[in-house]
Amino acid sequence: MDAVVKTSGTERALADQFAAALPRLPGGKAVAAMRTRALENFACDGLPHRRIEDWKYTDLRALMREVLPPAAAPDKAALDRAAKALERHGLEGVRRLVLVDGVFVPALSDVAALEGGLTIRSLASVLADETVHELLLSDDAGAGPMFALNSALMADGLVIDILKDASPARPLHIVHVASGSAPASAYTRSLVRIGANVSATLVESFFAADGAQNYQVNDATMIAVGDGARLDHVRLMEDGREAFNIATLKSVLGRDAAYKIFNLTAGGAVSRYQGVVRFDGQGSRLETYGVNLLNETQHGDTTLVVDHAVPHCASREVFRAVIDDRARSVFQGRIIVRPDAQKTDGKMETRALLLSDEAEVDNKPELEIFADDVTCGHGATAGALDESLLFYLRARGLPEKDAQALLIQAFVGEAIEQIADDRLREAATNAAIRWLEARAS
Amino acid sequence: MPLLEVRNLHVRVEDDGNEILHGLSLTVNKGEVHAIMGPNGSGKSTLSHVLAGKPGYEVTSGEVLFEGEDIFAMEPDERAAKGLFLAFQYPVEIPGVATMNFLRTALNAQRKARGEEEISTPDFLKKVRKVADSLNIPQDMLRRGVNVGFSGGEKKRNEVLQMALFEPKLCILDEMDSGLDIDALRIAADGVNALRSKGRAMIVITHYQRLLNYIVPDHVHVMSKGRVVKSGGKDLALELEASGYAQFEEQAA
Amino acid sequence: MPAVQETVDRVRRIDVDQYRYGFETIIETEKAPKGLSEDTVRFISEKKGEPAWMLEWRLEAYRRWLTMTEPTWARVDYPKIDYQDLYYYAAPKPKKTLTSIDEIDPEILKTYEKLGIPLREVEMLEGVVRPEGERRVAVDAVFDSVSVATTFKEELRKAGVIFMPISEAIREHPELVKKYLGTVVPTSDNYFATLNSAVFSDGSFVYVPEGVRCPMELSTYFRINERNTGQFERTLIIADKGAYVSYLEGCTAPQRDENQLHAAVVELVALDDAEIKYSTVQNWYPGDAEGKGGIYNFVTKRGDCRGRNSKISWTQVETGSAITWKYPSCILRGDNSRGEFYSIAISNGYQQVDSGTKMLHLGKNTSSRIISKGIAAGRSQNTYRGLVSAHRKAQGARNFTACDSLLIGDKCGAHTVPYIEAKNSSAIFEHEATTSKISEDMLFYCIQRGLSQEEAVALVVNGFVKDVLQQLPMEFAVEAQKLISISLEGSVG
Repeated sequence: MDAVVKTSGTERALADQFAAALPRLPGGKAVAAMRTRALENFACDGLPHRRIEDWKYTDLRALMREVLPPAAAPDKAALDRAAKALERHGLEGVRRLVLVDGVFVPALSDVAALEGGLTIRSLASVLADETVHELLLSDDAGAGPMFALNSALMADGLVIDILKDASPARPLHIVHVASGSAPASAYTRSLVRIGANVSATLVESFFAADGAQNYQVNDATMIAVGDGARLDHVRLMEDGREAFNIATLKSVLGRDAAYKIFNLTAGGAVSRYQGVVRFDGQGSRLETYGVNLLNETQHGDTTLVVDHAVPHCASREVFRAVIDDRARSVFQGRIIVRPDAQKTDGKMETRALLLSDEAEVDNKPELEIFADDVTCGHGATAGALDESLLFYLRARGLPEKDAQALLIQAFVGEAIEQIADDRLREAATNAAIRWLEARAS
Repeated sequence: MPLLEVRNLHVRVEDDGNEILHGLSLTVNKGEVHAIMGPNGSGKSTLSHVLAGKPGYEVTSGEVLFEGEDIFAMEPDERAAKGLFLAFQYPVEIPGVATMNFLRTALNAQRKARGEEEISTPDFLKKVRKVADSLNIPQDMLRRGVNVGFSGGEKKRNEVLQMALFEPKLCILDEMDSGLDIDALRIAADGVNALRSKGRAMIVITHYQRLLNYIVPDHVHVMSKGRVVKSGGKDLALELEASGYAQFEEQAA
Repeated sequence: MPAVQETVDRVRRIDVDQYRYGFETIIETEKAPKGLSEDTVRFISEKKGEPAWMLEWRLEAYRRWLTMTEPTWARVDYPKIDYQDLYYYAAPKPKKTLTSIDEIDPEILKTYEKLGIPLREVEMLEGVVRPEGERRVAVDAVFDSVSVATTFKEELRKAGVIFMPISEAIREHPELVKKYLGTVVPTSDNYFATLNSAVFSDGSFVYVPEGVRCPMELSTYFRINERNTGQFERTLIIADKGAYVSYLEGCTAPQRDENQLHAAVVELVALDDAEIKYSTVQNWYPGDAEGKGGIYNFVTKRGDCRGRNSKISWTQVETGSAITWKYPSCILRGDNSRGEFYSIAISNGYQQVDSGTKMLHLGKNTSSRIISKGIAAGRSQNTYRGLVSAHRKAQGARNFTACDSLLIGDKCGAHTVPYIEAKNSSAIFEHEATTSKISEDMLFYCIQRGLSQEEAVALVVNGFVKDVLQQLPMEFAVEAQKLISISLEGSVG
């Protein structure tokens, strides 16, 4: 079949929105030029569809019927709703940085008494600056159409810098709240630069205030982990059941760095978490843990590329999916070992639990290897809950749903347990329990 | 009223339709210990599975009453809450579920089903510690995943631990001696004997007489080809030890 | 069997660079005019003396092909093929109608003799005293576009087995061909299969009737000889209820500077309780040390486990071709059916391999097993691409996949692209993949014990692929083992 498909209404709507929004979007000439380039890149292919290999299992042309207009700045009522939601989903002991409908809200955030060496600015203010960092100006055609769209329309976010040796005392928590003011989309981008030898924790949360239903999130997070630095990165996505969440992660690791990512997807109607982590310095280690908890008609896609561009690095990927009802979980993992990236050690393990006969899982664990002195591997399994385990639990008095819940918790626990911070591990566990309870009721 | 009454039970395997039990009958009263002996393939384990409600079997006729109630109308967890306990021949390993967490979840589920209060954490810990000590189960074993990495003896002791903790009315011990050396067997058997009481009955399923030296039964039944072919007192086990099962196999055929 | 052992010995004696089958046979041929048009299709159909329905079938495929574009998703890179610059039909010019094998052009016989392919039943039968339990192999030899000889026809006929060139089957068994041709690989399946449907010239046809266990291995030997000629053979194998057949396929081509196209289609149909075992040793000319020349091997192979309890097993040893694009697959339609794929794919020099399988679980309690061993050396790229899917109604589907890659040298690439799709909660899929370097320790151990570097590599690689070699009929396994050593020559040092 021919891959050229005519531009659909959705893409025309996007182009119109861009034209209307451009004058109001932050940034000077250089930024505007980049935005225009990015939109052109997007327009080349339009919304990704199943004939594009990377989007084979997440056909946005079929799933995304409409593109909502960019969200307006949140009003008083919206902020109140957001504040209420924060009470429910907030975390203790973190430095909270709140984006409501994609706009940074200092009043809800904790930006007082910053530790030395830590600076936090809003993306809007940084873009308005004359000297915008090149990372923010790269339109990176290779990162795919949805990232291009983010480049074109990003309105706000956070720019966080941590200087060499200046480990912050508390985890940094970027919170994305949808206020539910009107059906709208939010284009956010954050840039986090971790200086050499710093040890830091970054948390991202996505959730909705009461009443928020139909909204779209397009987020990008760009992270640079310095030499000898250590970053624990936890992401909890519990967006509303009608929401779209398309998020891009681009991380680069220096020498002897340690980077640990944990992502939990339990919300959203359609979501995709697409990441590229590149090793730029030798001796670094990456661990990524992912959990998808999906039911009803949810569609959750995790696509992760680990790019071993230099020798002597190690990567571990562990992914768990629990799929119920008519939900669909997608995992695409690719380990690339570039020529000369000798002594690479890359492993990927993905397991899926199917709880219903209409659930679907698609796994594509890829190895792309151009150096010979490597050990790489992946394992994938899919299946139902083990009947003999279920029976053992039931014979000990557990009702069916409880027995299932216990086994599901154990199944995803293998990933959740890897979160080092106790409070964050508990937060992730609670998110999983919320999902299980909603399922049992 | 007997505690358990099995009447003319016919059971077949769902997968291949083979009938395993062909009209088995058995009556167990409170306080009694019954041994069921028989060669491999006589249907002993099938009986234990069917009583506990393991999926994969089809009851084609007959009935089983537990305290006068139809057991087949109950889900496996309801049977457990009513006081039916199966000590598995091969207890499964459940990675990721800590033994302590499992014990408390199961105990509370049973109590909840019976309309009882949840046990308090200190009471629970006290109780577990007491039983664990008596069975030589170290605390670190309880922190590990259920049966994960346990030796054969440890797995069986974990079954006895649960039996002591849940205080069931009927304990079915399926080939408890399989895979155990003499020392491990003695520890497990002592645990079981400590649980013998007037209000509780036991069904001890075994291939060998050996186990019955440690758990002395009141009644012995010989199973062959899916039914009980002979019943008697504990001497019947010794007789079997001497003469083997062959005579009964002919009888059943 | 002696004949195949001889193959290896003979091949060793033929000293043509590293590719031992690279000689050319000088004979007179008859060709269709260059290029592809409806006229070419009509020409081929007429040459074959085909009935009108067959011509219509071809023309429909041709028209369909015109609307299609060449696929680009595989990890292979080659200059655009000019489909008008190829010959689509070449046949050794017959001196008269052949009535016996003795009338085949002696040059062709010599060619097969050089290749070690026994075309003369007499020789086979005379084969001195055959060791106990040794099997015989019936051979269909395809030379460029036509089948030149099928051996053991008479004996097979007694068993009720039909084994003949497909061109003959179209004339002699039209009802069978009509019933099954294109039912596994539809004419519109993919670009290369559609092209094949339009212009296929010959290939083998096998029908094993109900309850018959084919008394001997069946084999086809393909040889591309003519310059600028595409080879488009078509194979159709049907195992009726309860039947069993084991089929072997081998291929070679002369050494030429230009690339040659080979776009075959193989269809297998297994009815209730039937089993088909299909083994391939693919050794088309891979191109020279600089990557010049070689066969483009774009092949569609698919088996349909149409009946209950049917089984199809693919075993392939891929050592040749400049480009391999090949995914022998199983459609597990019948309840309790089973599919297997055992593969060794070796690439050296500038070879590019993109090969794997598809296991489509449709029926209940279907199972499949995939064992793939990829070995990349030189500057080659070696990709495993496989799909395992369980459909909604495929209750109890099971798959086990293990795909391992071995890298020899730091200029090559080994890639693994599995697609695992489960739409049924009772499906159990297990997939494992590893990629590693050939073990220096193992090599050193062997060398310390007196093996040369190359012998050591061959030994270690043979150990690596053992699981798959065991699946081959014994005679083939020996040949394959030698081939592996030959293809890896020059890969180290």
